Amino acid sequence: MTAVTLETRNLTKTFGALMATTDVSFRLEKGARHALIGPNGAGKTTFINLLTGVLKPSDGSVMLEGKDITALRREGRVQRGLVRTFQINQLFAGLNVVESLALVINEREGQGWRWLKPAFDAPGIDDEIAGLLSDFGLDSVFDQPCSALPYGKQRLLEIALAVACRPKVLLLDEPAAGVPEADRKEVMSRLAALPADVSILLIEHDMDLVFNFANRISVLVAGALFAEGSVEEISKDQRVKQVYLGGAAHA
Amino acid sequence: MMSVREKRQSATAEAVRSVMKRHGRWSRLEIGFWLIAVAAWFLLPGEHLILTEIVIFAILALSIDLVLGYAGIVTLGQAAMYGVGAYASGLLSIHVTGEPLTGLLVAALAGALIAFPTSFLLLRGADLTRLMVTLGVAAVLHEIANQASWLTGGADGLQGIAIDPLFGTFEFDIYGHTGYAYSLVVLFILLLLARFVTASPFGYSLKAIRDNPLRASAVGIPVKARLVAVYTLSGAYAGIAGALFTQTQQFISLDVLSFQKSADGLMVLVIGGTGYLYGGLVGALAYELIQDALSSVTPQYWQFWLGALLIAFVITGRDRPRQLINSISARISRPRQPGRLDAVTVADKGKPT
Repeated sequence: MTAVTLETRNLTKTFGALMATTDVSFRLEKGARHALIGPNGAGKTTFINLLTGVLKPSDGSVMLEGKDITALRREGRVQRGLVRTFQINQLFAGLNVVESLALVINEREGQGWRWLKPAFDAPGIDDEIAGLLSDFGLDSVFDQPCSALPYGKQRLLEIALAVACRPKVLLLDEPAAGVPEADRKEVMSRLAALPADVSILLIEHDMDLVFNFANRISVLVAGALFAEGSVEEISKDQRVKQVYLGGAAHA
Repeated sequence: MMSVREKRQSATAEAVRSVMKRHGRWSRLEIGFWLIAVAAWFLLPGEHLILTEIVIFAILALSIDLVLGYAGIVTLGQAAMYGVGAYASGLLSIHVTGEPLTGLLVAALAGALIAFPTSFLLLRGADLTRLMVTLGVAAVLHEIANQASWLTGGADGLQGIAIDPLFGTFEFDIYGHTGYAYSLVVLFILLLLARFVTASPFGYSLKAIRDNPLRASAVGIPVKARLVAVYTLSGAYAGIAGALFTQTQQFISLDVLSFQKSADGLMVLVIGGTGYLYGGLVGALAYELIQDALSSVTPQYWQFWLGALLIAFVITGRDRPRQLINSISARISRPRQPGRLDAVTVADKGKPT
């Protein structure tokens, strides 16, 4: 059996009387390419927020590499290798691409409290940044402010910032959302080229991307795990078609 | 043999290094600015009092820039730390020692001591909450100073401040010759320190928090702890500004803790521009010059015109001074490295949104 990197046990979140997440026990295997799908309002975002520590669960626990991280703060989870991207780009508008990547790398290396040392002095940081720039096709815009990048490049930087954290588990929240058709291919191929040992959970609406990228799919409906299986199993599952694929076609 | 990809990557690394090298370099404009400030000591001996006032104002604005320009915390209560620094150094001179450098140190600690607990109140709220909390803390301290007249002299002001000569040699004279030189050196040291801080990993994490606190925490930055740290540092800066005021004026009134003081500090910073450290200096200078010009033209209505100017200025774009300085700076630097980055930054900032 393969090792599990991220696991939730009976994870539950209630807002008043509303059950946003109901008793979700979920496992992400090491090196997985796992997709989480579900109709609008299924609780995907709440689930991500529970995993990353934005929300505190009402019940249940989150385990990363066998350790309980339920009580850990956001940044503590990131330091342990649980990193996310956002559906809507969350960049550092006033900084340029190199500065953004450098500050993430400094933070990862535990340099964030150094207050008299120049930010770009760490040995090897230039080569690492150059590597990230070429991995994500950002070489041509490396000295431009994040806010001035074309949307497709912003999307790639969104992912590059997360990868710069050297994640063990990467949560990709609709990475292709809003990307113009011309840039889609690039975003998808950059995603496919992510290091194999990083376990990835992809939250996505776009079935095309899900079927191309993932080898395992979980379906979330009304806050609960509705089905889970290989891409083939899920794509053939009549119940899933009914609640999700069918529903989406009419939406 | 290097592959095409490797070649490209090493070219990128080279370009990245050149961008990194440009960071933190002294621009000619910056050097020129300091040369003029020093020259003013020799060439304008009759203006040293007003220049001292400008420098102290600049330090207060610099302390606000650290939190507003770099960490995105709006504040209307910087006078809390400024005033406490002023009183701390004044009381020290009366009861313990009149040695000025000790006074600066004590004032820095006093400012930090007020800022540290206050910062925890700033962590939960958004901008409006922060405005009110900073305002409230300053108002509370103002009233405490007013009531504790046995200690502070209350509304009559603190009497009997006596500052020893600097290094035992230089008396604080009534023309402000010593005062200006002393304040300018302190400003230079504080600015130098701020330059290091803002170019450090810590400084960049603040900019990340300012631009996007959500993402900052999602890349592992402990947002709250960093905000506490920078607010405390800013409190020390404001405390030092207050001590300089005490030592050069040798008198303190409740004004040092007033809302007006906080508002003026913020206004000066906004006039000069936030987030590049020199905004406070430029703003304080501009503010004094405008005030001087207006009050000689219309002695009765200068505050009306000052207000009108401020409104016009903010409406037309408060990034203008910074843009102007960037473009002048780019022009007088050698065009060896074409200022592509600066050009883009300026063009972007100029866009109406």
